[in-house]
Amino acid sequence: MTTIPANASADEIQAPTDGEVALEAEELRKAKRVGWIWIFVGVAIIWLFGFGSEAGVETTFNLSLESDLSITLPSRISCFVIGAIIVLLGIVQSMRPLPKRTIFTVLVVLLAVFAFLIWATRDSSFSMVGMLQSTLIRATPLALGALAGVLCERSGVVNIAIEGMMLFAAFMGSFAAAASGNLWIGFAVGVVSGGILAYGHAGLSVTYKVDQIISGTVINFFALGITSYLAAQILTKYPDLNRAGTFARIKIPILGDIPFIGEILFDNNIYVYVAYFLLPFVTFMLFKSRWGLRVRSVGELPKAADTVGINVYRTRYISVILGGGAAGLAGSFLSLGSVGSFQQNMTAGRGYIALAAMILGRWNPMGALGAALLFGFAESLQSKLAIIGTPIPSEFLLMAPYIVTLFFVAGFGGRAQPPAADGVPYEQG
Amino acid sequence: MIDEDSPGMNPGLAEAASGEFPGETENGNGRTPRWRKFLRSLKVPALAIFSALFLGGILIILTDTDVLWAWARFFNDPMRALTRSWEAVWDAYSALFAGAFGSLSAWSETLLRATPLILAGLAVAFAFKASLFNIGANGQMILGAIFSAYVGFTFDVTGWILVPLALAGGVLGGFLWGGIAGVLKATTGAHEVITTIMLNFIAAFLLAYFLTTDTFLPSGSANPISKNMLEQARLHRFIGGERVDIGIFVAIAAVVLVWWVLEKSTLGFQVKAVGLSPDAAKYSGMKVALIIALTLAAAGGLAGLAGATVVLGATGVLTGGVIGNLGFDAIAVALLGRSNPWGVLAAAILFGGLNAGAVNMQAETQIPVDIVIVIQALIILFVAAPGLVRAIYRIKKVDTEEAQSFTSSWGSS
Repeated sequence: MTTIPANASADEIQAPTDGEVALEAEELRKAKRVGWIWIFVGVAIIWLFGFGSEAGVETTFNLSLESDLSITLPSRISCFVIGAIIVLLGIVQSMRPLPKRTIFTVLVVLLAVFAFLIWATRDSSFSMVGMLQSTLIRATPLALGALAGVLCERSGVVNIAIEGMMLFAAFMGSFAAAASGNLWIGFAVGVVSGGILAYGHAGLSVTYKVDQIISGTVINFFALGITSYLAAQILTKYPDLNRAGTFARIKIPILGDIPFIGEILFDNNIYVYVAYFLLPFVTFMLFKSRWGLRVRSVGELPKAADTVGINVYRTRYISVILGGGAAGLAGSFLSLGSVGSFQQNMTAGRGYIALAAMILGRWNPMGALGAALLFGFAESLQSKLAIIGTPIPSEFLLMAPYIVTLFFVAGFGGRAQPPAADGVPYEQG
Repeated sequence: MIDEDSPGMNPGLAEAASGEFPGETENGNGRTPRWRKFLRSLKVPALAIFSALFLGGILIILTDTDVLWAWARFFNDPMRALTRSWEAVWDAYSALFAGAFGSLSAWSETLLRATPLILAGLAVAFAFKASLFNIGANGQMILGAIFSAYVGFTFDVTGWILVPLALAGGVLGGFLWGGIAGVLKATTGAHEVITTIMLNFIAAFLLAYFLTTDTFLPSGSANPISKNMLEQARLHRFIGGERVDIGIFVAIAAVVLVWWVLEKSTLGFQVKAVGLSPDAAKYSGMKVALIIALTLAAAGGLAGLAGATVVLGATGVLTGGVIGNLGFDAIAVALLGRSNPWGVLAAAILFGGLNAGAVNMQAETQIPVDIVIVIQALIILFVAAPGLVRAIYRIKKVDTEEAQSFTSSWGSS
């Protein structure tokens, strides 16, 4: 970023510096390279999936679980068409870069995945709606967990304790719901218990200035230990206290009756709807409200925020605790939204995946949602394809999102830029 | 972005420095004797362990229905509530202690469990010295286990060649895995916490994949359990009938090696210099990127060796859960040992003892083994937050406790 001196005249501002010209040229080269990659992908699709599908074979996608709505595509021709579209996009991109590259990149990826599905499930039928439903269900706790991370880290507190907060909330939510016989109490307790652990994290990292990564590690350990201990000590002796049950799915009138889309999006449990609301809402609050500006300023340059009278400690405490609440939602989703009981270490690393989703989503809740959907998609694709059987080992499909994150963090395809003061303890003067 | 306020100081280093230069003490009349310094450096860990056990005791009381009933009748019979509480905690901890250190076979189990913790703890501690947080010991251990298991069931040569070869395979596997994170950090600045977490997942899936291949599975088996290690590849059990094996000596040798590297070699000096201030190291002519890459790779190698000792020693086969959570326990060990190799050794034996003793405790008192995870969490909590311990016990600040940031945050990478 070049800074503009205060006394610069209008032309000086307009005239780009040599550095900027170089930057633009670099940007252009990069854009063209992306175009070449797309062309390569398109050709690969035509070659592998198009010629890989026998002529005359058809693929059927079921679009509804309730009715027998489905589409049938000729496998080979469809792959040819998709490949051709991607090649075309690539040619355009390499000649003259398209605006909004991200959207087109997503489009290319989606088309490529679609072609892969056509090829992998050729000569049989595949429940598209089932796969997308399970993608959404798997993505929801990840997106909520990532939201927890975003809230903490935007205020400058690194949170690798999402895992622990989720696990603790999963236990407490399930326990409270089973003990009281009321799922809503479990829901509330889940949120609150995530917040309580987050309060501990804030206390350690903000007040006591413990290294935030270590504080997070402590919380993860503690949550794993205490929930496993209590589960073994209490839940095995009183199994009734581990029968919380799950929230029923609520079908939204009218919207839920839309074929395909309605079944996927508007026939879910309360957690999914809460996520629909929270993710855009927090995005809006973070980037458009005064509160969000304060949180972000504390995360970027706490000293400046302090100077203009923002209470850095309090802002961090509040953000971290709110984040803990989101992690609590994510955790209690696992027990009350999907399994119906608590199982030892039931988060199984999902908190860390949420962390990855947060980074892939560039510390932005909606971006994190996109990344969470990617992780959820890989998982559900793997589980569906494991049934059909493909030449690609399912472990590699599961691995893919992590490799993508690895590449992304390393700066290929867009640098991940964390908040500047993320992880740096602040000494309030 | 480099943040000038970021306290990149690392406590192990501060401790080492104060131990190496006895002239810098507050005692005007010459120097504080080494043994007093040593005792003083034990104060916080000892209080941390005590506090953790105390809180663990409260947890035992709160979850024991008999004891809670006694407390419900506190006003009828106050002594009974107290004695029942005391008995519950005493029974649990004495069973824990007996299972950890009370007999030869208890020691055997303790040292067996301590072996991978020592090596993986060193892997975390060594990286801490360069202000790097190696949260990927688990993945590195998995790679080490895969490599060394492959060697261990494939090459039918004499044990004198095979055991070192298999251990070296483990080192290589971990070295490569740690090296990925190291090279990414050195060349692109990708934060090692994130890359190593991702590499942990990738390693776990890689292991799951290998356990579906014919190379690793016994012919005709679809169970995800590998072929058995060859008999001569197994680490020798030197006490008849007990499970502890020569892996413990490998681990102790690694402690000496890491201590030597850190305290006596140029490389160790450079590692610590990079940990203290990458900029200062750079301007004094050190190849910071190379040192960072090498540190994480070497840390990976240590963790890989840890993985090797597990498959060649305790288990003898490779399974999906062979490493479990050991790589994360290792973080606790490194923190409790304050990144000092000898501290890591002591901490690993303590944690190995807690884990071994917990089994005995559960058998005798039905208190779930998981309580030791809580105790371990509390120990690291008190070690990592000396401010808390000081506040509880009202002790003065001691020079070795000053540094609080172990690692560079990802904002400042």
